[in-house]
Amino acid sequence: MITDILAALFVLAGSFFMLVASLGVFRMPDLLTRMHATTKSGVLGAGLIMCGVMLFFIDSSVTLKALAVMAFTTLTSPIAAHAIGRAGYFIGVPLWHKTIKDELHGRYDEETHVLHSSAAQKEAQEENSSQN
Amino acid sequence: MSPILDYTLWVCFAVLSVALFFALWRLFKGPTLPDRVVALELIASMTVGIIGLYAIRTGRDAFIDVAMVLAITAFLSAIGFARYLEKGSHRDDH
Repeated sequence: MITDILAALFVLAGSFFMLVASLGVFRMPDLLTRMHATTKSGVLGAGLIMCGVMLFFIDSSVTLKALAVMAFTTLTSPIAAHAIGRAGYFIGVPLWHKTIKDELHGRYDEETHVLHSSAAQKEAQEENSSQN
Repeated sequence: MSPILDYTLWVCFAVLSVALFFALWRLFKGPTLPDRVVALELIASMTVGIIGLYAIRTGRDAFIDVAMVLAITAFLSAIGFARYLEKGSHRDDH
């Protein structure tokens, strides 16, 4: 009985965070802010629901599987978000017009996919290559 | 199953259905392809949650295996999309 109530609480919290993630992807203005909303909240929601599953089936094999789901989502979601964010920036997805800071602006060469530490260094390197 | 958990599961299914609708709207509308990929990833994550809820509702623990496989497959698809976006050729979405 008490584990059922605990499982209900966990499942409810997980669903709430899923809804928050979904509202984020619905309302946020550009790609990076949308990813910011979905990756963290989505993983937390799935993890909380799996906690509820663990508490409902009090069984070692189910607990292990649910822990595996939590581990997979926790490990893979940041990697996937990094890959998509990187690809999105490199192919030129526009940022929000109120974006204050874009540290990669002017430091990334779209042709060669090379990052420079500063714009001045990039120009120096281009001069070198043109001289050679 | 206690009635509290039963009612809570109905509420959770309703909440996740609304959340799926929002993500689906972004999937249809999303101005660029990476936006759609993000929405798809969120939909996969929410489907993992729905499978977990369904496993509780039916009382069958075999559904947790499905959730595990779906979590791995969603990651692979996201990586594949990212690679396609970065190394791929011309697209016409923006």
